[in-house]
Amino acid sequence: MWTHWSEEKIKKCLKNGSIGLMHISLPISLMLALLMFAIFLTSLFLGRYDIDPCTVVLILLARLVDLLISLLSWPASAFMPWQHALPPITNAFASLFSLMQSLLHPMRHTWPSVMETVIYEVRLPRSLMAVLVGSGLAISGTTFQGTFRNPLVSESILGVSAGAGVGAALGILLDQNTYIIQLFAFGFGMLAVAMTFLISRVYKSNPTLVLVLAGIIVGALFSAITSLFKYVADPYTKLPDIVFWLMGSFAKVSMKDVYLTAPILLISMLVLYLIRWRLNVLSMGDEEAKALGIDTNRLRALVILCATFITASAVCISGLIGWVGLVIPHIGRMLVGPDHKNLVPASILIGASYMLLVDIICRNLTAGEIPVSIVTSIVGAPLFLYLLKKSRENWS
Amino acid sequence: MCARLEVNNATFSYNGKMNIFENVSFSVDKGDIFCILGPNGTGKSTLLRCLCNLYKLKDGNILIDGHEVSQMSPSTLAKKIGFIPQIHTPAFPYTVLEVVIMGRTPHLNIISAPSENDYIIAEEAIKMADIEHIKDKPYTQLSGGQMQMVLLARVLAQEPKILLLDEPTSHLDISHQIHTIEIVRKLADKGISLIMTSHFPDHAFMASKKVGIMKNKSFMKIGSADDVITEKNLKRAYGSDIKVVYLGGDISRKITVPMLKSTIQQICNR
Repeated sequence: MWTHWSEEKIKKCLKNGSIGLMHISLPISLMLALLMFAIFLTSLFLGRYDIDPCTVVLILLARLVDLLISLLSWPASAFMPWQHALPPITNAFASLFSLMQSLLHPMRHTWPSVMETVIYEVRLPRSLMAVLVGSGLAISGTTFQGTFRNPLVSESILGVSAGAGVGAALGILLDQNTYIIQLFAFGFGMLAVAMTFLISRVYKSNPTLVLVLAGIIVGALFSAITSLFKYVADPYTKLPDIVFWLMGSFAKVSMKDVYLTAPILLISMLVLYLIRWRLNVLSMGDEEAKALGIDTNRLRALVILCATFITASAVCISGLIGWVGLVIPHIGRMLVGPDHKNLVPASILIGASYMLLVDIICRNLTAGEIPVSIVTSIVGAPLFLYLLKKSRENWS
Repeated sequence: MCARLEVNNATFSYNGKMNIFENVSFSVDKGDIFCILGPNGTGKSTLLRCLCNLYKLKDGNILIDGHEVSQMSPSTLAKKIGFIPQIHTPAFPYTVLEVVIMGRTPHLNIISAPSENDYIIAEEAIKMADIEHIKDKPYTQLSGGQMQMVLLARVLAQEPKILLLDEPTSHLDISHQIHTIEIVRKLADKGISLIMTSHFPDHAFMASKKVGIMKNKSFMKIGSADDVITEKNLKRAYGSDIKVVYLGGDISRKITVPMLKSTIQQICNR
């Protein structure tokens, strides 16, 4: 459901050119989705432990078949006791399911179990998290750029990253376990944005400008607190932990992290995805959006809430990752144009692909892991420069 | 039967101390064109913004079909009243069509994007505003006058019953000025009520049934164009000498001609 246009309609539009650039959107979204899927698979092949691509696919398929078999066996066993009480049609379905089940055989495991561990315990959670974080940061950046009417803001403009940094540093300083550190990071990230929002409410003039200014103030405050925590931390044990956390990494991601954050991330992303067209109107400015019937304060609050949930849950697992929310929307705009209806799905897909690529570089380029933020910045800075040069003619 | 738009003793102030306008009352019926004249800084634009609830009144009330404007939800209000703001350049290079389709916002719920039907309405609005040739151009690259025509198309796509135009001709060349006035008249014939501010009394003669001159925080005079736009009233409002002349023949309407100070001097010296 990338666009509301049917295939025929698109062909018609292509022929008489009546709907401008709209028709390009569908194929590009499809291509981006395929690209993301390809990179996702590649990310499972590559790594220190050598597994050839065919085996990876087999390992993945084996689990899928197991899952399918257990799903199919459920109705058959569930209906068994009431076999005679149920109408014949249900029994027919049940026997159909058992027939399908008998056709599917669990695949023979021809690979060493260590490979399965590498795939399911290490690479899959890592790549899934990269997809979630990449798409999340990208959609937050895109919606923030639209909401604040400024192509130079990113998802951390309201202080969420600075807050998360304080939370994580505090958790590490207090010798807490990973989950508490994640919880602290999430909580403080939300707290920072809440503070920004409340400060902005004090001043009545231009709400977007005041929000950005309040975000800068809160961000500076929280960065100072992080510095304080670093200063008092034990330089041999805790300081390196804090520093590494602030540079971001997917190295310690487990499936549990994915299960914990995926619901928040996916629900918030769904909300932003659904309201995406309204962002066009909101990005025209408050007065125009209000005159067009939008409750701008409420819509802006909703966007900020969702984007903050996304960013906080992303960075609480992966640590701080910069540049993604800033650069990806520009790539998206170059490919599908500024209309958020197409831009938001494109950003999600590009963000996920980009993060996967970055993670592949992080874990394969050198003997040790490279922190994610280093790669995103080194790749992001020149890329951004290029994009600015490319898109300058469309900016005033 | 109440008037479509009724303003009673409206008073507005930005800071609570100095009133921008006070005790403004008027009403507009179906198909009316109400033209607001007056010197710069008398609160014409502010009044329009109050009418569509962008600013809240300090005192008095504004009723649309008998309902208080400040009590309506933004989308209900936007279905009834459309407003063309003065132009500015947005941050993102949306195409003209993408800008025009934004006019459909009040007719869509929060999670939907425009449907095929909305695109048909937008295309019609584009045709009416005569901007088909720039439909796919980025809005940010247009001239001020073109932007104004795009905003006009957008408000047409909005399909409101009342239209507020804040100096709709200010950036336009003379042919587009006339085109806009013609659109205004056509819309009034369709039953839409229009309220526009203008700096040209001629536009009021061309289009308006009803004219008001704002001066010193309130309407100096409201009435028909012939009654309101007189040499005496214009002198009182603007402080300069403007002749009102009837031009017969094919044109057969009144026009206003500002007089140069030096010309007046010459007449006095004679």
